[in-house]
Amino acid sequence: MMVTAAIWPALDYSRVPYRLYHDSEIYRREQERIFQGPVWNYLGLDAEIPNSGDFRMTYVGDTPVVFNRDEAGAMHAFVNRCAHRGALVRREISGNAREHTCLYHQWCYGLDGRLTAIPFRRGIRGKGGMGPEFDMGAHGLRKLHVDNVNGAIFGTLSEDAEPLETYLGAPVLAQLKRLLDRPVTVLGYNRQRVKANWKLYAENTRDNYHASLLHEFLVTFGLDRSTQVGGVTMDARHRHNITWAEADSDDEEAAQQAYAGARVRSNYLSLQEPDLVTFRRERADPLNLAVTSVFPSSVFVQISNSLAIRQIRPRGIDEVEIFQTMFGYADDPADMVHHRLRQANLVGPAGLVSMEDGEALEVAHKASKPEIDTHTVIELGGAGEISDRDYRVTDVPLRGFWSYYAELLGIEPEGAVR
Amino acid sequence: MTVDRGAVTDLFAEYGARLDAGRYDDWLGLFSAECRYQVLPRENADAGLPVALIFCDSRAMLEDRLRALQEANKYNLHTDRHLIGLPRIAGDDAAGIDVEAPFAVFQTDQEGGTTLFAAGLYRDRLVTEHGGLRIRDKLVLLDTFAVPSLLATPL
Repeated sequence: MMVTAAIWPALDYSRVPYRLYHDSEIYRREQERIFQGPVWNYLGLDAEIPNSGDFRMTYVGDTPVVFNRDEAGAMHAFVNRCAHRGALVRREISGNAREHTCLYHQWCYGLDGRLTAIPFRRGIRGKGGMGPEFDMGAHGLRKLHVDNVNGAIFGTLSEDAEPLETYLGAPVLAQLKRLLDRPVTVLGYNRQRVKANWKLYAENTRDNYHASLLHEFLVTFGLDRSTQVGGVTMDARHRHNITWAEADSDDEEAAQQAYAGARVRSNYLSLQEPDLVTFRRERADPLNLAVTSVFPSSVFVQISNSLAIRQIRPRGIDEVEIFQTMFGYADDPADMVHHRLRQANLVGPAGLVSMEDGEALEVAHKASKPEIDTHTVIELGGAGEISDRDYRVTDVPLRGFWSYYAELLGIEPEGAVR
Repeated sequence: MTVDRGAVTDLFAEYGARLDAGRYDDWLGLFSAECRYQVLPRENADAGLPVALIFCDSRAMLEDRLRALQEANKYNLHTDRHLIGLPRIAGDDAAGIDVEAPFAVFQTDQEGGTTLFAAGLYRDRLVTEHGGLRIRDKLVLLDTFAVPSLLATPL
């Protein structure tokens, strides 16, 4: 079935058809129009490739991409696919090289992605090889445009993308600059393969409502509660979102009352090692939670003193990899590094406040698959207008995600909210 | 320290059996009073990067982790089956023994489907405490660092 704008039951995206999570034709269009479309995708960190020739493998959607630093220090990114037979040119996750050579027939590319050499190009003893008309210049690796915000490298495969800073918009740009306000050090990576459609995870990071209900550890041990001062802030197009909360901003008694009503146990246990949830303020602002989702698939995360950047990597309709880069700052004292290693327990596939997402997404994906002609309900914080909220029991930013999704996929209905 | 291979093998057998039976408090009894437990992705170990998936560098943190598992965390409903390979004595000194053992953990879901969940290598520092061998330091080096679904019950 060809999906059109008629698929939406409501013009405010408060109803999303399950078909959009389970249709292989939709998946193909997402790769073409979203991931390879006019969006900026987070690729990696400047700090991961400090020297000339350093490279890392990453993905834009399900397209394999390599980014590297050339001899002059400039950054390049290109699709990791040989112009000859379509093989991966670079097979290692990371390393240092002066050139990239495909193992199949040893076609060789420079650090700027240009094709530099073809073995036996003129044949042997005048026989064989490529014809004289073959244009080396037209057979480089497919390049991405790259730009960065304080060392977070973004790439786009489209010629039509807005400038990166315009694409992000003022609030998101400010949040990224805040999180990356000094040189960073990568502390490690974690990966999780969840048997669910990638959009369920993109929604999850914009869903303020679920946090303290699904992740009971948050309230059980008093790390984060919906009674704190917090909310959601979006860019003008509502495609990105910052979910934020301020430390020590709620009242104990009011919190206990609110959660008693919600049948969630709160603060009835204490940790033997409270360092795990102790927030050490690192800058003037009081934020102890800032989860910034950049459309379509990048998430910049501060949960207490655990800092991370996540890439949402689709692996077909039914699976997504969450690839997470954990970092600290280059000037962290040893004690702070240790604190971050301890607070890394909060996030990732075994995270005390994140492991539940893997299960929630899988059960949502599993049960909605046979029901593709029905739809989900997105109405916390009210339906209708998509706008910022200064409270936490809301999932409005999910509707912002779907609005821009619909536009890029070419299925935005007439008169829809934006 | 005298290496008693029988005692080392028994310790690993108990380790897997107690986890698979969901006897987490008994499992904790296999650790020494001061201990460390961490699950480290092989990707990070190879790159010399320190971030672990689970990092409990004190007994208090390990106890907190189990408490959270039992009281707060929600995860896929499943049973575990540890297959632990032959332990290799990597070294010993006056205070303890360094032992390595390969492992695999299979998970079985509520409908009886079994899948390989994790493969890896245990790197343990064992000491004698209260007349028996105890785990002072356990590094779970995780080959399967693209974790399927989620990691809740200890490896």
